[in-house]
Amino acid sequence: MSAIFPKWTNKLPLMIIIGGTLTAGAVTAGVWYYFTPKYFRVGYQPIQPVAFSHATHAGQLGMDCRYCHSTVEKSWFSNIPSSSTCMNCHNQVLKDDPRLALVRESAATGKPIPWVQIHRVPDFVYFNHSVHVNRGISCVECHGRVDQMEEVYHAKSLSMSFCLDCHNDPASKVRPADKITDLGWTPSEDPNEAAKRQEAFGKKYVHDFRIESMNNCSACHR
Amino acid sequence: MSEVATHTKVPATPLELMREPLVANQRSFGWISDRVSAVTEGKTPKWWWAAFVPSLCLLGLLGAMLYYQIATGVGVWGNQHPTMWGWDIVNFVWWIGIGHAGTLISAILYLLRQKWRTAVNRAAEAMTIFAVMCAGIYPAIHVGRVWFDWWLFPIPTYQGLWPQFRSPLMWDVFAVSTYFTVSVLFWYVGLIPDLAMLRDRAKTKLKQFLFGLFSFGWTGSNRHWSNYEKAYLILAGLSTPLVLSVHSIVSLDFSVSQLPGWHTTIFPPYFVAGAVFSGFGMVLTLLIPLRSMCHLEDIITKRHIDVMCKVTLATGCIVSYAYIMEFIIAWYSGSAMERFHFMNRALGPMWWGWVMMMSCNMLVPQLFWFKKIRQNLVVVWILSIFVNIGMWFERFVIVVVGLYRDFLPSSWDYYKPTWVDVCTYLGTFGLFFTLFLLFMRFLPMIAVSEIKGVTPQADPHHPEAGATGGHS
Repeated sequence: MSAIFPKWTNKLPLMIIIGGTLTAGAVTAGVWYYFTPKYFRVGYQPIQPVAFSHATHAGQLGMDCRYCHSTVEKSWFSNIPSSSTCMNCHNQVLKDDPRLALVRESAATGKPIPWVQIHRVPDFVYFNHSVHVNRGISCVECHGRVDQMEEVYHAKSLSMSFCLDCHNDPASKVRPADKITDLGWTPSEDPNEAAKRQEAFGKKYVHDFRIESMNNCSACHR
Repeated sequence: MSEVATHTKVPATPLELMREPLVANQRSFGWISDRVSAVTEGKTPKWWWAAFVPSLCLLGLLGAMLYYQIATGVGVWGNQHPTMWGWDIVNFVWWIGIGHAGTLISAILYLLRQKWRTAVNRAAEAMTIFAVMCAGIYPAIHVGRVWFDWWLFPIPTYQGLWPQFRSPLMWDVFAVSTYFTVSVLFWYVGLIPDLAMLRDRAKTKLKQFLFGLFSFGWTGSNRHWSNYEKAYLILAGLSTPLVLSVHSIVSLDFSVSQLPGWHTTIFPPYFVAGAVFSGFGMVLTLLIPLRSMCHLEDIITKRHIDVMCKVTLATGCIVSYAYIMEFIIAWYSGSAMERFHFMNRALGPMWWGWVMMMSCNMLVPQLFWFKKIRQNLVVVWILSIFVNIGMWFERFVIVVVGLYRDFLPSSWDYYKPTWVDVCTYLGTFGLFFTLFLLFMRFLPMIAVSEIKGVTPQADPHHPEAGATGGHS
């Protein structure tokens, strides 16, 4: 009987095994890396209608986050300030600067500035700002060093496992209530010492703030 | 000459102790190859089309139903509080139970050296695989959002979300997927020598190519056979615990919960026995018509049918014991809810389910005590269908009757399936029979290489070895 298959097909099983393993490995690695919020959300930096610099205001001038985002302690929602908040200072500072034209117009007409939202959790996630901010969780944990950003970008992944990292171990992230908006604050300059102190007061604050760090599904998915 | 001399020393086996040979009418090796291959090589018989076209229509119905319920949501089913598990789980357990005969025949009977298995194992394994496929549809659909089915598997994702490892539903995922994988491997390894046989007999280039491709270059050399036997033995060893574990874990879906009627320790062995019972019922239902349609009476003999009837009887008696023991334990437990549940099972509004279960699973198999009945194939075939029906009602009694009258009388409700439930169930028959008919038409449905090994002339000590073996 003549051969049905040419001789090179003897190598076919090996080629399939090696090729299949490599392909499967590449696909797995690709999905693992690219199909995550860490890849497709971190770094998102849309162009805003007004080139507002957080680095200047919160960093250089040292303004408190809550001067503008005033509802953050009282509401589930952290507000974007209205233009009149800007005008509190800018009716005197840089009052004729062309970069602020839109702000002045908005304050005069009452038509809001169309800021582009950067940090957004899905509709099926309930997130309450006040609960976190009032219990020793700093802005920096989710938003990064906004005080160093010229224009704000998405710094953390805000994926579900990102939330759970903290919900599983709030003591590692909690800080004194008066340091919430001090984004650069650490328990100590020395990292070893900082870890030691964090461990010591972390437990205390979890107890004092009565942090429940709910891990049940309906805590966030209501 | 010397052969004859040694034979005179051994006292001849008395005629009444002689076992009937497994292949009747002293058929030769060549005849077996020709006979089994003829099913795949001959013209497509009319009855095959008559069975295939309706099956294909039902498969289309399944496709339509799946599309409809995925697009609309599982609210189209009759599942309604408090009966949150309905036909979906009934049919899942029913199909997966049917899938148990194949592996029992192929693995456990292989390790126990039950030679009669060779005539039925290939078809029974195919039946297993197709039944598990039908079963797998239900859990995949009933989660509602099928596009999240991959959440069933423990994959590290950005959600940090893991399946609940303490849930038996999770164990089910592993049990059923392992069972399916091992069953397919086992079935396929057994097929390789026979695929090579079909390749060597093939007349057309396409057939040569396809059978050649799927027989992996089998030449029948000693080395191939040695590897093959080792692989087969290992797979038999792997499958054996699976026969017991899969339906045990399916039973834990119920018994780990706290419901009266579900929360019992008897469930795992009772479910396994029931699964083997229903599996053999389905094997009989399939093979009795098939052996005469394909003229395989000399290979699947009446003795095979007889043995399978006995297995059905034995497992039927085990489930009957379990049915009775459940009532005794309900009485003995002293739990009012437990007692109520079992009274409700027998005398409540769904009494008919229990009556069907008891008559089909407990009374009908008792007829298999009589040899006359075991030898009457028409009767055996009809009884085997009753076994299938009875086992469906057993799952219905456990799932639906276990739920529709729960702890809170105000939530009691009568369960009714919807037309979608019914059509989906009919559709799974379409999937099953379409696959089975394709299998029997295009693949050797009898393990030719194995069955040659159990013929009398394959025994080197057989006086006629060499005389009728090999040719004629």
